[in-house]
Amino acid sequence: MVKAEEVHKSFGRLEVLRGIDLEVAPKEVMCMIGPSGSGKSTFLRCINHLEKIDCGRLSVDGELVGYKERGGKLYELPDAEVCKKRSEIGMVFQRFNLFPHKTALENVIEAPMRVKKESRAVAVERARKLLERVGLAEKVDVYPNQLSGGQQQRVAIARALAMQPKLMLFDEPTSALDPELVGDVLDVMRGLADDGMTMVVVTHEMGFAREVGDSLVFMDGGVIVEAGKPRDVLANPQQERTRAFLSKVL
Amino acid sequence: MANAVRERPAAIEAVPVRHLGRWVAAVVVLAIAAEIVYTLATAPNLRWSVVGHYLTHRLILQGIVTTLQLTVLAMLIGIVGGVVVAVMRLSPNPVVSSVSWFYVWFFRGTPVLVQIFFWYNLATVLPYIGFGIPFTTIHWQASTNSLIAPFMAATLGLGFNEAAYMAEIVRAGIISVEHGQTEAAQALGMTRLLVMRRIVLPQAMRVIIPPTGNETISMLKTSSLAFVASVPELFTRSQQIASATFEVIELAIVASIWYLAMTSILTVGQYYLERYFARGSQRGLPPTPIQRFRRMLFTFHAPPPAPLEPPVSVAGHH
Repeated sequence: MVKAEEVHKSFGRLEVLRGIDLEVAPKEVMCMIGPSGSGKSTFLRCINHLEKIDCGRLSVDGELVGYKERGGKLYELPDAEVCKKRSEIGMVFQRFNLFPHKTALENVIEAPMRVKKESRAVAVERARKLLERVGLAEKVDVYPNQLSGGQQQRVAIARALAMQPKLMLFDEPTSALDPELVGDVLDVMRGLADDGMTMVVVTHEMGFAREVGDSLVFMDGGVIVEAGKPRDVLANPQQERTRAFLSKVL
Repeated sequence: MANAVRERPAAIEAVPVRHLGRWVAAVVVLAIAAEIVYTLATAPNLRWSVVGHYLTHRLILQGIVTTLQLTVLAMLIGIVGGVVVAVMRLSPNPVVSSVSWFYVWFFRGTPVLVQIFFWYNLATVLPYIGFGIPFTTIHWQASTNSLIAPFMAATLGLGFNEAAYMAEIVRAGIISVEHGQTEAAQALGMTRLLVMRRIVLPQAMRVIIPPTGNETISMLKTSSLAFVASVPELFTRSQQIASATFEVIELAIVASIWYLAMTSILTVGQYYLERYFARGSQRGLPPTPIQRFRRMLFTFHAPPPAPLEPPVSVAGHH
C-alpha cells in the first residue's frame, strides 16, 4: 500500500529524513517509534504530500506521491490531483485540529459534502454512524471546545473515516491526552485495525504497538534503525540504539 | 466526596482606602470644563440660535443621507475588496501576490484626498473610457463624465483606499488562525480556496470584526473629504450654507454634532457586534457601554468591584 525507497527530506540545511526504505502491505498496521526529532512525523506527512520529498521514491497504492511518471520522466501533479489523492488518505493529528466553529457532526460531514460532493442526507447518515462507532452518538451537535481531548480525537478519527480512506495515518494520536483518556482512543484504533484498515501509526504507546501492530519500525536521526515484528523488536532489540531507547520508555 | 460541603465564610468587610487624588482631579476637570462652556455659551459672535435653526434644516438632513450612503458603499467596496486583496496576497501564485502587494503599496501610500480628486478630474485627461477585446468587433465605450459622476468619484476614491487598509486587517485575521486548521483541511482533500472559504475565513472573523467597526466609524468622518468632489454630503452642505450666510463656525458645529451623533450610534453598535462574535470563546464577554459607565461611577470611590457578569463558564469541566 505504501512503498518508500531512499526517501530524503531536508528543511533548509537540516536533513530530517536520510534515506527511508519501507513497505506497508494492505491491511497491515505499522507502528513507528523513536525519539522526537527522529523524522517519524515528517515521514508520515510526506505520505499525503503535506511535505514534499527531496529525493527517492514514495508511492501509495502503486502511484507516486505528488508526481506522475510518463516515459521515464516525472511530472508534478496539479493541485487538484494532489487534493484528490489526499482525500483517499485519512490523517489524525496530535493536536486533533477539529474545526472549532463547527459542531462534531459538521466537522465530519464537511469534507464528504464539499470535496466528494455528497448530498447532505448521505453525508449526515454516514457521519451519525461513524460518531456512534467512536462512542459519541450523543455528542453530535456539540462544539469541539465542549468536548474532552479524548472525545475530540475520536471525532477527528470519525472525520477522517468519513472520506472512506484506503489508508489511515496517525501522528501521535494520544500524546496530547490525559492518561485516563488514552484508552478510549486506542480502543477505536484497535477496532479499525480489526476491520482490516491499513494504518501507519506514529506512537509512544508500546502496549498498542505490541498488541495491534503487525510491524514495528524504530527510527532515529532520520533513518530506520531497526524494523520487524513488534514482539521481537520490543523484547529482543538487535541494535544498541534501540536498546537504549526502549530501556528509557518501557 | 471526602470533604463535607461547608458553609462559605462571610464576605470581607473593610474600610476602603480614601482616594484623595480622584477628588482633586475631579474638581480641576470640572472647573476647566465650566470655564470652556461659559466662554462658548456667552461668546458674543457665536449665535447658538443659528446652530439650533440649521440642526434640522432640510439641506443638512439631505447631507446626512448622502454621508450615510457614501459610508455604506465605500465600506462595502472596502470589505469585499479587502478580502479579495488579502487572499490574493497569500496566494502561492507570485503574479497574483505581487499584484496584491502593489495595490496595497499604491492605495495606502497616496492620500485619499488626492485619490478622490483623481477620480473626480479623470475626465479632463481621459474623456472616454471603454474596453474592447483585441481582434474582435467587441467594443464598448462611454464618456467619463457620465460614468464617474461626483458621487461615484468619491465612492471609488474612498472605497479603493479603504480596501487597501481592510486587506491588511483581513490578512492579520487569516494569519491568526492556527496553521493546524489548514493542514487538517488539506489532509481531507480540500482545495486551497475551499480551505480559505470554509475553514480559515470564518475563524478569522473574530479578529477581523473589531477593527472593521473602527474603520467604519473612521469612514463616516473621512467621507467629508467628498467635499472636494462637490458631493452634497453633510460637510459640503454645511459649508454651502455657511458661504451664503457667513455663519461658518455655527455650521461647523452643526456638522460636528451630527457626526458625533452618528459615530456614537456606531460605537454602541460595535460593542454589541464584538459581544456577539466573542460568544463561544472562553473569556468573559466585553461589557456593554452601560455596564462600563456604571462600573466607572462605582469605581470612583471604591476598590474595583468583581465583574458584573460571571465569566462564561468554561466548557468541558466535570
